Amino acid sequence: MAGVRAAGVFSRFANSKYSLLSGHASRSLSVSSSVAARTHVSYELKDDVAVIRLNDPTSKVNTLSVQMQAELTEVMGEVWSNGAVKSAVFISTKPGCFIAGADINMIQACKSSEEVTSLSREGQKMFEKIEKSPIPIVAAINGSCLGGGLEFAIACQYRVATKSRKTILGTPEVMLGLLPGAGGTQRLPKMVGLPGAFDMMLTGRNIRADKAKKMGLVHQLVDPLGPGLKPAEERTIEYLEEVAVGVAKGIANKKVSLTKEKGFMQKLQDTVMGLGPVRKQIYKTVSDKVQKQTKGLYPAPVKIIESIQAGVEQGGEAGYVAEATNFGKLAMTSESRALIGLYQGQVICKKNHYGTPEKEVKKLAILGAGLMGAGIAQVSVDKGLTTILKDTAVDGISRGEQQVYKGLNDKVKKKALTSFARDTILSNLSAQLDYSSFKSADMVIEAVFEDINIKHKVLKEVEAVIPPHCIFASNTSALPIKDIAAASKRPEKVIGMHYFSPVDKMQLLEIITTDKTSKDTTASAVSVGLKQGKIIIVVGDGPGFYTTRCLAPMLAEAVRVLQEGVGPKRLDALTTSFGFPVGAATLADEVGIDVAAHVAEDLGKAFGSRFGGGNVDVLKTMVEKGFKGRKSGKGCYIYGKGKKDKSVNPDAEEILKKYKLAAHPAISTDSDIQYRLVSRFVNEAVLCLQENILRNPVEGDIGAVFGLGFPPCLGGPFRFVDSFGAERLVGIMKRFEDIYGNQFTPCQLLLDHAKNPSKKFHK
Amino acid sequence: KVLSIQTKSKKTLARPNVKNIVLVEGVRTPFLLSGTTYSDLMPHDLARAALQGLLHRTAIPKDVVDYIIYGTVIQEVKTSNVAREAALGAGFSDKIPSHTVTMACISSNQAMTSAVGLIAAGQCDAVVAGGVEFMSDVPIRHSRKMRKTMLSLNKAKTLGQRLSLLGSIRLAHLSPELPAVAEFSTSETMGHSADRLAAAFGVSRVEQDEFALRSHSLAKKAQDAGLLQDVISFKVPGRDIVSQDNGIRPSSMEQMAKLKPAFIKPHGTVTAANSSFLTDGASAVLIMSEEKALAMGYKPKAYLRDFVYVSQDPKDQLLLGPTYGTPKVLERAGLTMSDIDVFEFHEAFAGQIMANLKAMDSDWFAQTYMGRKSKVGTPPMDKFNLWGGSLSLGHPFGATGCRLVTTVAHRLQKEGGQYGLVAACAAGGQVSDTHVQHSLVVPAMIAFCTYAKHLYEL
Repeated sequence: MAGVRAAGVFSRFANSKYSLLSGHASRSLSVSSSVAARTHVSYELKDDVAVIRLNDPTSKVNTLSVQMQAELTEVMGEVWSNGAVKSAVFISTKPGCFIAGADINMIQACKSSEEVTSLSREGQKMFEKIEKSPIPIVAAINGSCLGGGLEFAIACQYRVATKSRKTILGTPEVMLGLLPGAGGTQRLPKMVGLPGAFDMMLTGRNIRADKAKKMGLVHQLVDPLGPGLKPAEERTIEYLEEVAVGVAKGIANKKVSLTKEKGFMQKLQDTVMGLGPVRKQIYKTVSDKVQKQTKGLYPAPVKIIESIQAGVEQGGEAGYVAEATNFGKLAMTSESRALIGLYQGQVICKKNHYGTPEKEVKKLAILGAGLMGAGIAQVSVDKGLTTILKDTAVDGISRGEQQVYKGLNDKVKKKALTSFARDTILSNLSAQLDYSSFKSADMVIEAVFEDINIKHKVLKEVEAVIPPHCIFASNTSALPIKDIAAASKRPEKVIGMHYFSPVDKMQLLEIITTDKTSKDTTASAVSVGLKQGKIIIVVGDGPGFYTTRCLAPMLAEAVRVLQEGVGPKRLDALTTSFGFPVGAATLADEVGIDVAAHVAEDLGKAFGSRFGGGNVDVLKTMVEKGFKGRKSGKGCYIYGKGKKDKSVNPDAEEILKKYKLAAHPAISTDSDIQYRLVSRFVNEAVLCLQENILRNPVEGDIGAVFGLGFPPCLGGPFRFVDSFGAERLVGIMKRFEDIYGNQFTPCQLLLDHAKNPSKKFHK
Repeated sequence: KVLSIQTKSKKTLARPNVKNIVLVEGVRTPFLLSGTTYSDLMPHDLARAALQGLLHRTAIPKDVVDYIIYGTVIQEVKTSNVAREAALGAGFSDKIPSHTVTMACISSNQAMTSAVGLIAAGQCDAVVAGGVEFMSDVPIRHSRKMRKTMLSLNKAKTLGQRLSLLGSIRLAHLSPELPAVAEFSTSETMGHSADRLAAAFGVSRVEQDEFALRSHSLAKKAQDAGLLQDVISFKVPGRDIVSQDNGIRPSSMEQMAKLKPAFIKPHGTVTAANSSFLTDGASAVLIMSEEKALAMGYKPKAYLRDFVYVSQDPKDQLLLGPTYGTPKVLERAGLTMSDIDVFEFHEAFAGQIMANLKAMDSDWFAQTYMGRKSKVGTPPMDKFNLWGGSLSLGHPFGATGCRLVTTVAHRLQKEGGQYGLVAACAAGGQVSDTHVQHSLVVPAMIAFCTYAKHLYEL
């Protein structure tokens, strides 16, 4: 599919490398702790400094699991009762991870909001003890310090962090529909100020060490070291410990001050924030902004604001109570479950379930340097893949190469990359017009025009020059892979790799296997996709595969809705207020009206009247007039450079008038229109599972949310059916079916679920 | 290993069919802290002084020299081929071609080895190599935007065009661009890199201060004993005659301990006292084929035998060149560490030297990063930089290489050694390694030297 742009909080969701949910089961303390050897927390005395080291041996990351908390409490008890100890340092010996968060299993195991609230209260108490520690405690942070880990760190008196790329601080709870429930909403405003705290907690974004220092989140930075007499990271952690021990001693003997001299701006900000009316205005502004962005669909941001406000306005105790209560409430919401489900699904879809490929792909050739082809190059070239970008025209490769350069250079501008690294990365890219050096390619991905004859032509050309092991992948949005593979001499090496535009922003990769595709070919494709940082679903072959097939009926419905006189703006408002990050009309423009017309026609042929609804001629007429969507400057809307507000394209409205349909008053309320759009999407998704295009509901949800922008708060079509109720959905669809016919006929699997409410897609 | 226990395993490093190339003489101007007596000069003035000193010492006819090569790092744009400007100013024949090379702190090493190459290839018989650095005045540029506007202004034809260009100038465009002693590829300054390197190898502040103190004390001793014969006196126009380095300041550990870290704050270990300082200075050497030198009646100081350049990762191993280069050059020459009588290593930072010594002493490092079975081994300190080093004498980037080589020759002569080795690290993660051989025991040499015969092995 040419383009779907997911926006907002959600698009950052899977970018973050946090693992609030570690996935390992929480371990119960069946053995008396006084007897059991400690496995997660150890400590030693360095002079009068207690160095407390954290390492969960059962997981790649440290989490605040039951075991970790129990051992921590025990160790702290020993440290505090030891008169010889004058200060303490907390450090993780796990590479790349301080504490990645709370153990989400603990929260998921709870049956009621009261249970979760009491968990939160316990966490608050534990960190309060640390905050009020009689001896200074320094948190030495290397690697991810997120969620509960950050709340732990900010309870300490001093924080030293490494400037490593892996060191990230943040409160990602909001992305799971939760809030920082162990004092975070109370301590952060004091530490980084009200605006900074709102920003951190409402966006959940990751903060790099240098930014954290500027914000006042950490006191001191330590450079990561190169190799010395030990491996680099091991020595870096050791060095961090040395520095932290030095600081701890310094604080204990008053050589290091805990209070920082405030600058003028800081003082000014404090004074301004001290004014009640100013704060009130801030709460209001933030609330309005949240309302505008979430359309009231996400409860967590609201509760975060509430908790912060309670603490600031009514004092500590009220704040902590509000935080714990709200945390309990949020943990029981369907939104939180949906977001957590997505997170867990995303973890699953970031693994290769097809084994290690026999031959690692090192050299990748891409055919077609258009938006997609260059986009694929863009996400490959910086992942250690030698990349060939081939096109048939000089203009094409010039534009494509510029796109790759721009992608990297934008990172340089944001200081995420040095210009030197950019140049080194670009040296892995070869833009060319011929097939030279294809003989050493391990994989070819074609992103040429969507025409079966052209696909066959390039397939034959490529097969004449590539080595026997080389895989041929087609980046098509709707053409069945087996049709493409029909021209191949080695169909077991042919696979579909459906990227989403813009490739560097959209995280989904839909991999399509045919009956003939070998398992090793699939393993290779998944491995390349994972290298490119993609979330991957592997689906069966068929017209439109999974994603395009779900989107097509929804777009057909959207066209009908437009024909019935609902304007593009209102259509967009209806879809976004349902939770779609991009409105249906805008989506059509982004995808490209020509592509939409193409897909509608193709899939219409394949699936018949079920894919009907809006008249395809509407789209075709628009294409004829040059309204191909955003890329041509005009579609449903008119796009101008630099213009923020897009206006409706009056000529498109003219066309719609020409094809005007009478709306049926019985099913044309706002809510009906929303369900007409969504139910067709969802029904098609369920049908894909029924027909084994999808292997499981998890991939279905992930594909719909990450590839098509299905409302994240609903967790995907399958979770939506689970939480909304299949019976209720079927009931609604039947009403539409009465008027529009088979386009709304629920599929058998959906009917099965409707009949038996105990049937759920997700356990 | 049998080889490693044989000392002086080779009597000479002369190779059949390879020309013997000798160091005839080496001089340098006094190295001064930048911003002191040299502050009103230009780089080519310093280079000129070194060249004139060399002419004076060697009394070589000005037209015998075939070629002149100079190394420099921060270039004065007016004299970008500083070798040529200095040579003309020093009174060399205008028929002698000259060029300037740059390779960070080993620029003059590059000048010397280029000279060796020219002689070995039969292109030349006598080449002057040298280096100069002038940190009292460095080119500070207008911002890129401002430069662009000014260049467009040159091309503007009408008053209107000029006015509109002038009108486009913003206050921010006026902020200048300062040159930094930083890696282009990593934007990390040298001091910052050295501090991280020291930390990576667990080099303590005390170790660094001790090494710096050693450097200053040894330099002071050498200066007082008149051992620094390569230094020439230089009458600075409008100022007094300068005849001594002015950066040698032996202090005490207590004094040094008081300094705050200069780069990584507050917990770094590299300070102003244990780093080399910004220095003005120039050096020059006369390199000839042995045949020609003897024919002209010179008594060469050393043979220049072999050299290697190595490069590593500019981020984490920027200053580790000596560790990588030393075993390589030894292996090329078929020598071992114990064969070497005199070591001269460039001291960029005390921490960098100590880190290199630790790396050379580590089996793990040798196995993990160098593909060796066992550690390189460390040079014994009683043969190491005995007349001070860059920390105390100063480090005019482009000029240091010649100082190191000349010092090895002089030390071999003074201490009665046979082989000497020079190593220097440079920005960009490169290094040059040099080797010097004393000549007394080499029969072929007796014919022309009594004392001052040294074989130089790079």
